[in-house]
Amino acid sequence: MNRTNLLNELWEYQNKHGYISKRAITQIAKSLKVSILDIEGVISFYHFFHQKPTGKFIIYLNNSIISEFKGFQYIKAAFEKETGCTFNEYDENPLFSLFETSCIGLSDQEPAALINFYPFTNLTVKKVKTIIKQLKEDEKLATISSSFISKIQYTPSEEKTMLFRNYIEGNSLKKIRKYSASEILENISKSGLTGRGGAFFSTAQKWKYCKESKSDKKIIICNADEGEPGTFKDKALLNNYPGLIIEGMIISAYVTGAKEGFIYLRAEYKYLLKKLEKTLEKFVDKGFLGDHICGIPNFNFYIKIQLGAGAYICGEEKALIESLEGKRGEPRLQKYFPTQNGYLGYSTIVNNVETFAKASRVIELGTTYISKIGTQKSKGTKLLSISGDVAKPGIYEIEWGTTIRELLKLCEALSPYYIQISGPSGECINSTEFDRKICEEDIACGGSIMIFNRSRDILQIQKNFMNFFKIESCGVCTPCRAGNQILYEKIKKIERGLSTEKDLEEIKQWANIIKLSSRCGLGKTSPNSLVMAIDKFKDYFNLKTSPITENQYVEFDMENAIQEYDDVINNL
Amino acid sequence: MERISFTIDGRICASDKGLNLIEAAKQNGIFIPTLCHFKHQNPIGSCRICTVKLNGKAIAGCTLNVQEGMNIEVNTPILLDTRKAILEMMFVEGNHFCPSCEKSGDCQMQNLGYETGIRSARFPHLFVERFIDAKAKRIVINKNRCIKCKRCFEEVTTNDGYKVFSFINKGNKTIVSVDYEQEEKLTESQAQYAMKICPTGAILVKGKSLSKPFGDRIFDQGIPGKTIPFLKTNKNNNSTQKKLVATTSLAGCFGCHMSMLDIDLGLLDLIELVEFNKSPFTDIKKFTKRCDIGIIEGGCSNTHNFEVLRAFRENCDILVSVGECAIWGGLPALRNTISLEECLNEAYKNSLSSEQDETIIPNHEEIPKIFNKVYANHEIVKIDYHIPGCPPNSNHIWNVVKNILFEEEYAIPYPEFKYD
Ligand SMILES: Cc1cc2nc3c(=O)[nH]c(=O)nc-3n(C[C@H](O)[C@H](O)[C@H](O)COP(=O)(O)O)c2cc1C
Ligand code: SF4
Ligand code: SF4
Ligand code: SF4
Repeated sequence: MNRTNLLNELWEYQNKHGYISKRAITQIAKSLKVSILDIEGVISFYHFFHQKPTGKFIIYLNNSIISEFKGFQYIKAAFEKETGCTFNEYDENPLFSLFETSCIGLSDQEPAALINFYPFTNLTVKKVKTIIKQLKEDEKLATISSSFISKIQYTPSEEKTMLFRNYIEGNSLKKIRKYSASEILENISKSGLTGRGGAFFSTAQKWKYCKESKSDKKIIICNADEGEPGTFKDKALLNNYPGLIIEGMIISAYVTGAKEGFIYLRAEYKYLLKKLEKTLEKFVDKGFLGDHICGIPNFNFYIKIQLGAGAYICGEEKALIESLEGKRGEPRLQKYFPTQNGYLGYSTIVNNVETFAKASRVIELGTTYISKIGTQKSKGTKLLSISGDVAKPGIYEIEWGTTIRELLKLCEALSPYYIQISGPSGECINSTEFDRKICEEDIACGGSIMIFNRSRDILQIQKNFMNFFKIESCGVCTPCRAGNQILYEKIKKIERGLSTEKDLEEIKQWANIIKLSSRCGLGKTSPNSLVMAIDKFKDYFNLKTSPITENQYVEFDMENAIQEYDDVINNL
Repeated sequence: MERISFTIDGRICASDKGLNLIEAAKQNGIFIPTLCHFKHQNPIGSCRICTVKLNGKAIAGCTLNVQEGMNIEVNTPILLDTRKAILEMMFVEGNHFCPSCEKSGDCQMQNLGYETGIRSARFPHLFVERFIDAKAKRIVINKNRCIKCKRCFEEVTTNDGYKVFSFINKGNKTIVSVDYEQEEKLTESQAQYAMKICPTGAILVKGKSLSKPFGDRIFDQGIPGKTIPFLKTNKNNNSTQKKLVATTSLAGCFGCHMSMLDIDLGLLDLIELVEFNKSPFTDIKKFTKRCDIGIIEGGCSNTHNFEVLRAFRENCDILVSVGECAIWGGLPALRNTISLEECLNEAYKNSLSSEQDETIIPNHEEIPKIFNKVYANHEIVKIDYHIPGCPPNSNHIWNVVKNILFEEEYAIPYPEFKYD
């Protein structure tokens, strides 16, 4: 066995037995000639792998903020009541195991859960009751599960739509035959395409680095880990246009000379696996993948799919590569770009799903077409996933430059008050900023837009976000691992009414330290939205904290301090 | 080797091209603190203590190879503070009870604490329960003290190339673990090597716990041949009136008070300058006068501690927390990771001396209520100064107190800094 196959191997045990036993671990370790702890380290990094027996049905309930606002608490209680199990515990129930999980890409249909990776959406207490009853009666998951499909709510007029338009397999591939790799790269460059995974790095530049690399082999990776809470736009693309994405990968292979490609698909989207595999097969049959693609001599390229196993950080490209190599998903040092030192040391391109789809359209539709859409700097369209307090949650393909106000109108937001752009690691805005534009010049958006109305508690939002970072940090560097926990404690302190304005000042100072010194993008962005919220929702935080006074006493929660003692004594 | 030049904080430096920054800086007489950094060929970049700025952008110094013309910032106020803050994070994230630690006095993390001058952490202590794993043959892992630097992963392997240490879990639950099977293969000297390279007291070898006996450690010596002197006060400060001092011991062991009495003849000098009001020294139970300064030993463990502390704040102009317990809980805070119920049962019902059903957990309206955890004093009242140590040296305490009272210049020399 090869180390790079470790995740698949672990999946096999997990699927077959519901957990990975000590015996299995010993066996794997032996065949890989590594220590048992090494394997346990990998298993315990990914939350869909278990080392203790689970029930026949593993239920993962999403605990994102959207879910929280739509009744997470009640659904959780209902699952516990109906199954008799407790969340996040191994209680040896033969039928059910319950776990909370981070966003599963169904924010438009929350509360939602995955049961053995089948989606169950828009859950209500009654629905939970029915589902558990059906499962006990051994009904098939495939027949009782919900649809995972997110509604396409909006596309611009036809001449301005890039993604959600008619697609004919091979349309862009047909064009590459006429051009050299450099000419294709030139076109990508002209289109001004930048990364759609959130960092907005120039795609042409990235491909150029890889193309020019002297690496023996080159690798193309499609990042389909879509883990940023509130994002589900890649899911829509993967479901609607898997071919478009694959064509994009093939084009990048053509440009760089890569022979091997991977789609790193988050396990939460396992229901898309079959479709993707079928599309790949079809592409092979049609001669779009394999050897001498489209009849171009020596243009050989193969794509494999790697299923993730539950770890937000594996969306970070350098962590993704580690994961693909069968390791814990700890991001590599910033020292090198993946194009310098990527998968197994080879020059590697990691691009987002939407980036590949767009690249494909650039070649198909031409750069003139795209140059007419968008703003000065942001050309073309952007795919958004909108959720929260809106009448029409779902997928929106918008022209870059659309204002927040236009967007709010389109999705029929109900008294919007607080908007989270690009997920917890992005930024928040208040109602004075609704005329800002979504584009790289103003507010760039990775794809997640969560809209909250006046009745939503900002601190609850921030607490949910910080808890997410606390759990999902890879844990390798101090400022992120410890810092996010510390900020979480601060939020709890504000929540309990023990804070002064000094605490808010400290949050800002500490946030700067965490951002400055963290190793990867997670820690560099995790405190952003808390700090922004403090600045942008001053009235709210003024109510939550007391002003700094000359008071020599520090606010102290006596009730909480003596509670445990009173309980012990009263129970004597 | 090609020589290149670059700047650190504006100073022109020279070294071999491509040399690791930590080494290159050292060659130029500039010290960049590190914890995870061990062998520069393969930097780990996990602790982030060595964060510097390269052309204005923050980066871990240990991951940098110097090139011609690089403009590096190392000791700017922001970077110095960041370094200190990261160390403070390590202190609050783990459970570092230096006075009971085998590595104390020989611990790189502790040394850096002294180096950066940490008196008290700005962050709240997290007190997360982490256990001590003594199942392996030779090695004990005290997970309370691991700072997740990964040095042991990289440096300790069996002769046949197997990893002995690794992380398990992720996020805030990440902890270091040892592979029992592989550990058994380590030779005695390999095990000792693991203990040695661990920058904290997380890896210990059974039977060889104290790496150096107390009294022989570098920091026990102070300045070679010198003990900390009790400095004479300038009589020319015109206050003829004695300053009023109050002291108390809350959840402490009275060790700090013993230390305060330890100034021998200095006591005679001292009582010319100050008068004690409420204090165990005078046995005055209630404040009879307003005091200039209140010296507090011990943290707040119960409602009585709380009341005394608030009375001190009410009656003293300046409050000083003396010793680790007062500063963040110290040894009594060993209980902070355990539930109160468990603690009480262990102490009063399941202890060796308690007979079944014969003992109870004391409770009466006159008996103070025990808090769910030991609190640092600054969580209850405003504290003006912190003097670390367990206990701090007596002359050191009084030098600092006099400095505060008479506004005299008093620089704290490096060897006086102690957490144990
Ligand atoms: C914590 C973290 C999580 C990320 N998650 C994703 C993700 O789920 N999907 C994605 O495409 N990019 C994600 N990224 C960005 C990737 O690191 C990388 O920049 C991106 O895949 C590059 O592709 P692009 O240039 O096409 O955007 C994440 C980054 C960070 C720091
Ligand atoms: S910033 Fe967070 S996620 Fe990134 S390497 Fe550090 S601990 Fe891991
Ligand atoms: S001596 Fe070092 S490892 Fe031990 S408790 Fe103190 S700081 Fe932690
Ligand atoms: S046990 Fe020691 S060497 Fe290993 S990671 Fe922890 S602190 Fe570092």
